[in-house]
Amino acid sequence: MSRETVLNLAILAGLLAVALTAHLSGEPFLVTLATKAAILGLAGVGLNLALGYGGLVSFGHAAFFGIGGYAAGILASAAQNYEPLMTWPLELPGTTSMPIIWATAVIAAGLVALPIGALSLRTGGVHFIMITLAFAQMIYYFAISWPAYGGEDGLSIYVRNTLGTLDTMDPLTFFLIVFALLLLVLGLTLMATRSRFGLALAMARQNPLRLTSMGVRPFRVRLTAFVLSAMAVALAGALYADLNRFVSPSMLSWHLSGELIVFVILGGVGRPLGPLIGAALYVLLESQLGQLTEYWQLPLGIILLLVVLFARGGVIGLVTGRNANA
Amino acid sequence: MPDPILKITGVSKSFGALKATNGVTLDLYPGEIHALIGPNGAGKSTLIKQITGEIRQDAGTIAFEGQSIDHLDAADRARIGLARTFQISQIAPDLSALKNVMLAVEARAGRVFRFFRPVSRDLDLTAAAMAFLHDAGLGERATLRAADLSHGERRQLEFAIALAMRPKVFLMDEPMAGLSPDGSKRMTAFLSDLRRTAPILLVEHDMEAVFALADRISVLVYGQVIATGTVAEIRANPEVRTAYLGDEAA
Amino acid sequence: MTATLLIEQVLNGLQFGTMLFLMAAGLTLVFGVMGLINLAHGSLYMVGAFAAATAAAATGNFLLALVAALAAAALAGALVEILVLRRLYRRDHLDQVLATFALILIFSEGTRWIFGSFPLYLDVPQALSGTVRLGTLTYPAYRLAIIVVGIAVALGLWLLINRTRLGVQIRAGEADREMIAALGIDIAKLYTVVFALGAALAGLAGALIGPIQSVQVGMGEPVLIMAFVVVVIGGIGSIKGALVGAILVGLTDTLGRFLFPVILGAFTDPSSATAIGSALASMSIYILMALILVWRPTGLMGAH
Repeated sequence: MSRETVLNLAILAGLLAVALTAHLSGEPFLVTLATKAAILGLAGVGLNLALGYGGLVSFGHAAFFGIGGYAAGILASAAQNYEPLMTWPLELPGTTSMPIIWATAVIAAGLVALPIGALSLRTGGVHFIMITLAFAQMIYYFAISWPAYGGEDGLSIYVRNTLGTLDTMDPLTFFLIVFALLLLVLGLTLMATRSRFGLALAMARQNPLRLTSMGVRPFRVRLTAFVLSAMAVALAGALYADLNRFVSPSMLSWHLSGELIVFVILGGVGRPLGPLIGAALYVLLESQLGQLTEYWQLPLGIILLLVVLFARGGVIGLVTGRNANA
Repeated sequence: MPDPILKITGVSKSFGALKATNGVTLDLYPGEIHALIGPNGAGKSTLIKQITGEIRQDAGTIAFEGQSIDHLDAADRARIGLARTFQISQIAPDLSALKNVMLAVEARAGRVFRFFRPVSRDLDLTAAAMAFLHDAGLGERATLRAADLSHGERRQLEFAIALAMRPKVFLMDEPMAGLSPDGSKRMTAFLSDLRRTAPILLVEHDMEAVFALADRISVLVYGQVIATGTVAEIRANPEVRTAYLGDEAA
Repeated sequence: MTATLLIEQVLNGLQFGTMLFLMAAGLTLVFGVMGLINLAHGSLYMVGAFAAATAAAATGNFLLALVAALAAAALAGALVEILVLRRLYRRDHLDQVLATFALILIFSEGTRWIFGSFPLYLDVPQALSGTVRLGTLTYPAYRLAIIVVGIAVALGLWLLINRTRLGVQIRAGEADREMIAALGIDIAKLYTVVFALGAALAGLAGALIGPIQSVQVGMGEPVLIMAFVVVVIGGIGSIKGALVGAILVGLTDTLGRFLFPVILGAFTDPSSATAIGSALASMSIYILMALILVWRPTGLMGAH
């Protein structure tokens, strides 16, 4: 077993251990923290497919996080307020069923990611970064201005959504649901990157000219990666809304887009579990530094800057001493 | 006389005031090596890019197997059978040589959008890719990271990839570039055999190799073909002599 | 809706466009010459505004406040360039994005630490606090002054780029980064100067907007995003493009906010019209950007 695999398994086991220990010692807040790390890690894993493996520096993935969140929020609040989403041409009630919410979030994000990706991927480099940022902003301002779903104040979900007969309000139960989904998405991402598609994606990142001369259009490969990553990030968004029982336009802000990239970088770009480490570190720093000072983002910024300047492979790079995958 | 597999007629491309290619007409027959020579800046690279679809020509038409391919983009042209090798080897540096070739095999088979099966366990891919690597002389170094290969080995990888595409035409851009005299000899032998797999349109500066390999030669000067003929004919051609060869080839 | 009202909105749009031009010019210059994408540009805008507000509060002199803004922003810019950005020129854009994102955090929280979370106030200078008559319209003199400043800066930049030695170096640097090193030009100094210049422009923008909006932490971010849109629309690396883009974006946004609710009011009730209208207005510049990109993927005056 390679060093990296050991590290990966240790991280997953560690996260699970933290949650279980916290639950058993009666610290539900820590369980919630672990859940937050898992959800943000899931979002990071999603972004990593496009960013780390695809080389697509998207500064607009918060759009998909927010779409997932709002899907959850809108469906749940429609159900809880007994106000159907639509009455014409057919009546569409809301729902608090998690699987339906997840499916809606994922499909909605995929549908939005398709045109955004199709337009943005006609460019590259800096243009791509700026364009994805701008598209996310478009959605952000839309959410702020549209009054029906809370506008700037956001939308509250009173009770956590349902999954069969499970008591989803129990912190540990919810954590386990999230953890299961994290494992699922991790598994799917790993499969995708090791598959034929993953090989084409790697070439699209490293040498698109060569890929074209093999008869494959880099655009199609990249768009697929972009849409798949958007869908994963949306799932995380739906879970996040459920965790906080609240969704607001801040889930669509470009700060969040930046934070998602930070998770990926902190842990190590192009590593399957990098984003989870990055997210966990971030949540940890936020809670620990936050206790020391209300200006905790200042030391966070410094740490981030130092990591970018001097520790390019992220945490996993530091531990395993090697870059990328062959 | 069979039909040409590749027929380029009156192809022109200008960049602003510069006429890179100006009414170029040439063709490629099955089984032959047709070399394209000319001084630097003559328009050889531009012509290759127009044939592969990287650049759209301003005028003229390009036909492959009797059908016009003007409307096809670079990826499509690669798929119908035009394989290109680059002057600077184009490979994925972080992937192993084997994976580079496996991708070519996968692309040829048209099964790129498969998400579930890991490629390393895909025996069809690995076996086929290894075979092509052997043909190109790189069998021993298959699992090395492409970035760690030497210049000559990267050339071999370039060719393994081209072979894996099972092309109907090879478009080669200075395959001899940067090779040692020994490497050039081996490459010359390799290319000579290769014409039986598919005809080659060969852009090259190395005159020794050109005279050894070419069935026909076209000379490109300032974007125009000033002569096409056999090795002997070209060597004897006074215009070619003054424009390009000097008194080197007597 | 009268012609006067429309002209007023057009002037507002031009004034907004001026601000955007000041921001975008710096951004596009830095990208064109150094190939660096800089998210911290909005922070330099903020630095300028805070410096101006502090200087104005201390001395009561607006002109001094502007000078303070230029100096503070240029200094901050130079420091950032020397300490951080120098290491990033050869790195890929992802690293640049993250490092400058980190700088935003540092600047924002640092400013909040020093100045607190409450906004500072900057007063319109006495001399410009009146209005100007333009035909049937009475328009605030200060806003008009901003437009004048914008024209002056545009002219100044044109002169700089086309008529000075620094301008020659800048144009050479944009054309071929590797060549200018071979020509014996001190690249390090050039880059610092260019970055400081861009920073000063951002600081100026921040100071100028101070009297109209409040001076607070985070004020630079919405403007930064819009400046990006301007740069993308105009073409990365082109100052002319930045000017055209800034005017387009400024007018689209301002007129959109004004016209959409009016147009929609013909179709639906007033409160929906305002709500949907302002939603559309916010999105309008991004839609404009998307449309331009469909037509010209590298922007209006970008490289082909």
